[in-house]
Amino acid sequence: MDPVSILFGGLASGMVLFIVSVGLSVTMGLMGFVNLAHGGFAMLGGYVIVLAMKHWGFAFLPALALAFLAVALFSVVLERLLYARLYRATELDQVLFTIGLVFVMTAVVTLGIGPETQVIDLPEWLRGQTDLGFFSYRTYSLVLIAVGTALMIGLWLGFERTRFGARIRAAVDNRRMAQSLGVDVGRLFAVTFAIGSGLAAVGGGLGAEILGLDPNYPLRYLVYFLIVVSVGGLGRVAGVFAAALLIGVLDFVLKFYFPKGGTIFIYVLTLVLLLWRPGGLFGRRGA
Amino acid sequence: MSSGTQLAQRHRFRWWELLPWAAGIAAFFVFPNYLSFATQVLITILFALSLDLVLGYAGIVTLGHAAFFGAGAYTVGMLAMHLGWNEPISGLLAAALVAASIGLVSGIVLLRTHGLTLLMLTLCTMTLLEQAANMGAAWTGGFDGMPGLSFSKILGLFGFDTLYFRSQYLYALVTLLLCFAVVRMLVYSSFGQSLTGVRENLLRMHAVGAPVRTRQVLVYTVSAALAGVAGALFTQANGYVNLAVLGLERSAGVMIVLILGGHGRLYGAFVGAIVYMVLEHALAKAYPTAWQLGLGLTLVAVALFARKGVIGLVDSVRRRLPGAAR
Repeated sequence: MDPVSILFGGLASGMVLFIVSVGLSVTMGLMGFVNLAHGGFAMLGGYVIVLAMKHWGFAFLPALALAFLAVALFSVVLERLLYARLYRATELDQVLFTIGLVFVMTAVVTLGIGPETQVIDLPEWLRGQTDLGFFSYRTYSLVLIAVGTALMIGLWLGFERTRFGARIRAAVDNRRMAQSLGVDVGRLFAVTFAIGSGLAAVGGGLGAEILGLDPNYPLRYLVYFLIVVSVGGLGRVAGVFAAALLIGVLDFVLKFYFPKGGTIFIYVLTLVLLLWRPGGLFGRRGA
Repeated sequence: MSSGTQLAQRHRFRWWELLPWAAGIAAFFVFPNYLSFATQVLITILFALSLDLVLGYAGIVTLGHAAFFGAGAYTVGMLAMHLGWNEPISGLLAAALVAASIGLVSGIVLLRTHGLTLLMLTLCTMTLLEQAANMGAAWTGGFDGMPGLSFSKILGLFGFDTLYFRSQYLYALVTLLLCFAVVRMLVYSSFGQSLTGVRENLLRMHAVGAPVRTRQVLVYTVSAALAGVAGALFTQANGYVNLAVLGLERSAGVMIVLILGGHGRLYGAFVGAIVYMVLEHALAKAYPTAWQLGLGLTLVAVALFARKGVIGLVDSVRRRLPGAAR
C-alpha cells in the first residue's frame, strides 16, 4: 500500500471513532458522568441496522435513520430512568453502573441475536472504487471521510452558532453559573444525551465495516473511545475530531508497519499527553 | 471519647475475627477435592484486599489494578523460566518488589490527576504492560504466555501439588493471613485514618496540612506490592502465566468482587470473592450469557441501591432489627 492509501484508510477509521465518540465527549463534559456504556449504544445501533435490513426490508439509508431514532429514544429513556439518579453519585458508582449496563447489553444481544459477527450489506453504490483523478480509492472509505467531515462542520456550527450550542458550551464550562442564568441543564443534558447516543448508533452502523460488529464490541473498543475523548478534551467537538483522526491514522499506520504490538505507541502517547495536559489536548488546562 | 482511645478500641482484636481463618482451615479438611478452586478464591481475596486499600480506603478509582497483579505474576514466571529462580518465597518477595516499584513510579506520576484523567491513565498504564507482555515474546512468551512452570519446595519441605493443590492452598492461606495482618494494621493506624480523610474530603485534608499526595502514593505502592504477591501466588499455584493476568477484564473483575462484598471494609474482599467465585463457578461455565446478564443487572442494582455491598446490606438489616445493639 502506498502512503496516501494508508492515510485515507486511517482517516476513514478516525471518522468512525469521531462519530461514535463525539456524543460521549459532550455528555461527559456536561455532567462529568463517566459513561462506559457509550459503546453499547453504538453496538445497538449496528444491530438495529442489521435487523432492519435483513428482516424488515429497509434500505441502507433509512436503516441508518431508524438506528439513530431508535437508539436516541432508548437512551433518553435510560437517561431519565437510571442515569439521572446517579448524577450526584461518586465516580465509582457511575463506573459500576455503566459497566453493568455494558454486560446487560452484551448478554441481551448474545441471547437475542447470537454471538456471531454480523455483516452489514452495503448498497451497490457504496461498493467498489472511486477514481478521484489523481488516484482511486475504496468508495466507502471516501464516503466515510466525507460524512465525518460534514458532521464535524454541522456539529461545530450547531455548537458555535446556535442558542442551543451556546447553552451547552456555557454548561460545560460552568454548570452552576449556567443554571443560575436559567439554563435547564437537566433537559439540555437529556437532549444532548439522546443526540450523542443516536450519533454513536450511526457510527456503530457505518463503522461495522471497519470495527466489526458483535456482542463484545462495547468492551473491545471502550479504551479507544475513552482515549479519543480524553485526548480531545471533554465537551470539545473540534478537539474530539482532531483526536479521533490522530488516533485513527496512527492506529492504521502502526498496525500496517508494526503489525505486532505497534499500537503500544498509542498508549504511550496517550499517557504522555494526559500527563502533559490532564484536560486533553484541546480542553481547558488543568480541567 | 478522644480519637486516640477510639482508634485503640477499633484496633482491638475481636474473637469473631478468628472465624474466617478457622473456616479457611476447616475448608482444607472438608473440601479436599475443591482445593484448586479454593486456592483461586484465596488469591482473589488477596487481590481484592489490595484494591480495597486504594479504592475503599483512599478513594482512588482505578481501572488498572491488574497491572500490578500481572507484574507480580510475570516476575515470578520470568525468574523461573529464564534464571531458574524457583524458590517460591523469595519469588513472592521479588514480585512484591517489582510491583511496588511500578506502583511507586506510576503513583508519583499518575496521582497528580483525578477523575476521568486518572481513570484513563491507570487504564493506559495497564494496557501498556499488557502490550509489552504481548510483544516481548522472547521473555514473556507473548500471546501464549509461559506454560509448564515448576517451583521448588516451599521452605524446602512442601512440594507443589499439581493434582490436589494441598500445599498450594495452605501456602496461599498463610500468605493471605500475613498480608491481611499488614492491611489491618495499616487501616487502623493513623495513616489509615488520614487516607479515609482524603477519601471523604480532599480539600479539607489539604487545608489541615496533611501530606495528601505522599500518603496516596504510599498506599498505592503498598497496594501494588500486595497485588503483586497475589499475582505471584497465581503463577506459582497454577504453574503457568499468560496475558489473562493483565487486562481490563481482570481489573474490572476484581473491582466487581470488592464492590459486591463491600469496599472500605476489611472483610468485604473475603465476602465478595467467595460469593462471586462460587456463583461464577456454578453458573458461568454452564450458562455464560445468563451469568453475564445476571452480573450486569447486579452491578446496576448495586450502583443504584446497595452501594455498600453484601456487608453493607447485612449491616442495614441488623440496624433495622429491634433492639439491635451493634
